[in-house]
Amino acid sequence: MSTILTPSSVTEFADAVRAHSTVLAVGAQTKPRLSAVNAAVVRLSTRSLTGIVEYEPDEYTFTARAGTRLSDLATALAEKGQYLPFDPPLVESGATLGGTVAAGLSGPGRFRYGGLRDFILGVQFIDGAGRILRLGGKVVKNAAGFDLPKFFVGSLGRYGVLTELTLKVFPRPAATLTLRIPVTTTSAAVEILTVLGRSRWEAEAVDINPTGDAVLIRLAGPAEPLQIIAQEICARWPGEILSVIAARQIWTTLAEFRWASSDDSLFKLAVTPLQLPALVAATQQCGGRAHISAGGNLAFVALPAGAATTLGVPALRIRGTGPLWSQATAPSPAIFAAVKAALDPENRFPLDA
Amino acid sequence: MTTFANRLSLLLPPERLLWQPAQLAAYQSDALTAYHAQPIAIAIPETADEVIALVRFCSKEKIPFVARGSGTSLSGGSLPVAGGIVIALNRLNRILHLDPRQRIAVVEPGVINLAVSTAASAHGLYYAPDPSSQSICTIGGNVAFNSGGAHCLKYGMTSNHVLGLKAVLATGEVVTFGSSSREQLGPDWCGLFTGNEGLFGIALEVTLQLLPKPECYHTVLAGYRTLEEAGDAVSAIVASGLLPGAIELMDALALEAATAAVHADYPAGCAAVLIVELEGPREIVATERGRLDAILAASQPVEMRPARDSTERLAIWKGRKSAFSAVGRLSPDFIVQDGVVPRRRLGEALRRIGEMTRDAQLRCANVFHAGDGNLHPLILYNGRNPGELERAEALAGKILNMCVELGGSITGEHGVGVEKRDYLPAMFNPEEMACLHRIRDAFDPLSLANPGKMFPDGQAPALVSHGLHPLEKAGLISRE
Repeated sequence: MSTILTPSSVTEFADAVRAHSTVLAVGAQTKPRLSAVNAAVVRLSTRSLTGIVEYEPDEYTFTARAGTRLSDLATALAEKGQYLPFDPPLVESGATLGGTVAAGLSGPGRFRYGGLRDFILGVQFIDGAGRILRLGGKVVKNAAGFDLPKFFVGSLGRYGVLTELTLKVFPRPAATLTLRIPVTTTSAAVEILTVLGRSRWEAEAVDINPTGDAVLIRLAGPAEPLQIIAQEICARWPGEILSVIAARQIWTTLAEFRWASSDDSLFKLAVTPLQLPALVAATQQCGGRAHISAGGNLAFVALPAGAATTLGVPALRIRGTGPLWSQATAPSPAIFAAVKAALDPENRFPLDA
Repeated sequence: MTTFANRLSLLLPPERLLWQPAQLAAYQSDALTAYHAQPIAIAIPETADEVIALVRFCSKEKIPFVARGSGTSLSGGSLPVAGGIVIALNRLNRILHLDPRQRIAVVEPGVINLAVSTAASAHGLYYAPDPSSQSICTIGGNVAFNSGGAHCLKYGMTSNHVLGLKAVLATGEVVTFGSSSREQLGPDWCGLFTGNEGLFGIALEVTLQLLPKPECYHTVLAGYRTLEEAGDAVSAIVASGLLPGAIELMDALALEAATAAVHADYPAGCAAVLIVELEGPREIVATERGRLDAILAASQPVEMRPARDSTERLAIWKGRKSAFSAVGRLSPDFIVQDGVVPRRRLGEALRRIGEMTRDAQLRCANVFHAGDGNLHPLILYNGRNPGELERAEALAGKILNMCVELGGSITGEHGVGVEKRDYLPAMFNPEEMACLHRIRDAFDPLSLANPGKMFPDGQAPALVSHGLHPLEKAGLISRE
């Protein structure tokens, strides 16, 4: 069993980074594979690094410590009529803000206004030499200096320890409405996805459910117009408007990955709509299921433990055992190594799969 | 022993290598006309392979290079380096691929911003970032400087629309970052590259996301007796939970200029005018416009004028988008900045800019993106009057420091460039600056790519004190 330390301040975190040769930050470990490295590593838990540092509803921004739970953030934002438009998963499971940024996880709502990368404004982090650094900014628009905050989205803690994050938020739509449109093939579903992407309706989310038999469309905005838009969509593709309870249940099931077995390996993939028929077929070949999200740009695939992972596109294993990456290609060996050395010269944050 | 010139001449045909002083003169400055520098040559590649060969040549010869599109940078981002070469990318202007089903466009760096929307238009799509110079600025420049525009609050900046890119780094290495997907796996390299100010290398192919054109707009112009009243109206809109596509503000001096220049018809006698625009499906805009109109009506405007059709809407925007070149007619020279302050401190920032401007015995017009706190103070001066340029630059510096002090940024969308490089350390401490330097060194260990920009180091370019950019005089570009 490896060591877990729980520093209670940013300074203590920096001291802990300097004090050990191999360290990795962990949050609530709701994506356990991401921190299941082989190396003998000292894990630094953000459990005591919590709380909202600044929240300015009028600015559409907040700054919170990395260990703050998304559920606490969602509550604080909802009190002021705001929300995280990129719709991160695992809120109910206790995921933290830092873990979500490091894992680079957005949800179905990324379809409308973009993903976590589009809402991150600033980071405070500890580099591999134990320096506490703050890059980016705290205002909604900023072009000063290199955009390290974006780089840290999906960085898996391998380039620095995130300690504080500043994000942009939006006013929460007054209402949402979910449609379920049955489909018989992935191609039919993709047709709906691509037409919706170009439509006047401006849906908030367009997903294919993990059983592959329906497209789920979530509309968001003032309540009355949503009904009119929903009826127009249903006239084009026969479907049903889900009750508020049914809609909440289905989106929560997706967000918490309850559609997958806890024994499954769970992967995140970045895809495009036209790749989906092949991906879904490959997933079924491997005995798994796929939740297609964000209009066909994001996929979560669950495969039975030990199954082959011949999905045909790069995949990141966030849960389960086996290699972290599948069919991934690093951008290029030279620049990859140079940036890693710039941020973590002594290789304290283990890259190993 | 061949000369440098001989060796460079092997890379491009003679008509695409400019050496003569008269040819070089056209490239010695960009839209930040107060600075100029003389490169030794201009290279005009037509293909990505030629760009790669040029960068590898510079790397081998240890010659600094500056990539240039249309030269509209307001921060001196494409200012040449004396003794270096300029790589002019305008001929790499092909839209390589347009995929309406997946809503992406793959373009070369010399493609004009507006050309992407024009090409996508037939499919009901558009490219969202809309800098005021969008009819002439290039995607390569937009990527290098993470350009903004009037719709950033809702849709973000260039970076939020770049999904993937192929680039040649200053080392000569060719890399591919991102993909055609809107989602990413692993660290966001594409996000890191965007906004690098030309210090990492040159983008060769850029994959852009396209958005469906909004079906419907509701654009309102509201005039106010005081800037404070206009500022309060902005706060009320933000507090209402509406998310307008744009909230723009122009002050009296900017209004005067726009009225004179493009005969924009603004309410008379106002200290400030707000432009607020809602967009979306018609049913939603129909519901929200009532709320917006009620909020604006309650904010005590002198006059409120909703656009009744697209002609009136475009007229409102024309006045706004031409405001900067219009202000240029009031003064032989001006400096425009793009500092950001938290939105709630807009009133305070404007009051202090007014006081500092009076102290400096200068005039300053304000046109800005009120929705995201992005100021655009436009400092008027006459470079022929001894000491005025120095007073204008000192005032500009005070405004930048004020933005940082109020918790904002020295630049929202123009980039640091050469203009604001001395102020970057006001935002970042020495360790953070060192981190930025290490990142730059990782991409460009020899500091050959656009040296002298972003960081307060490198050679000082010559300052000249007079003159509008030729394209600006022609009304083709404007400073936003």
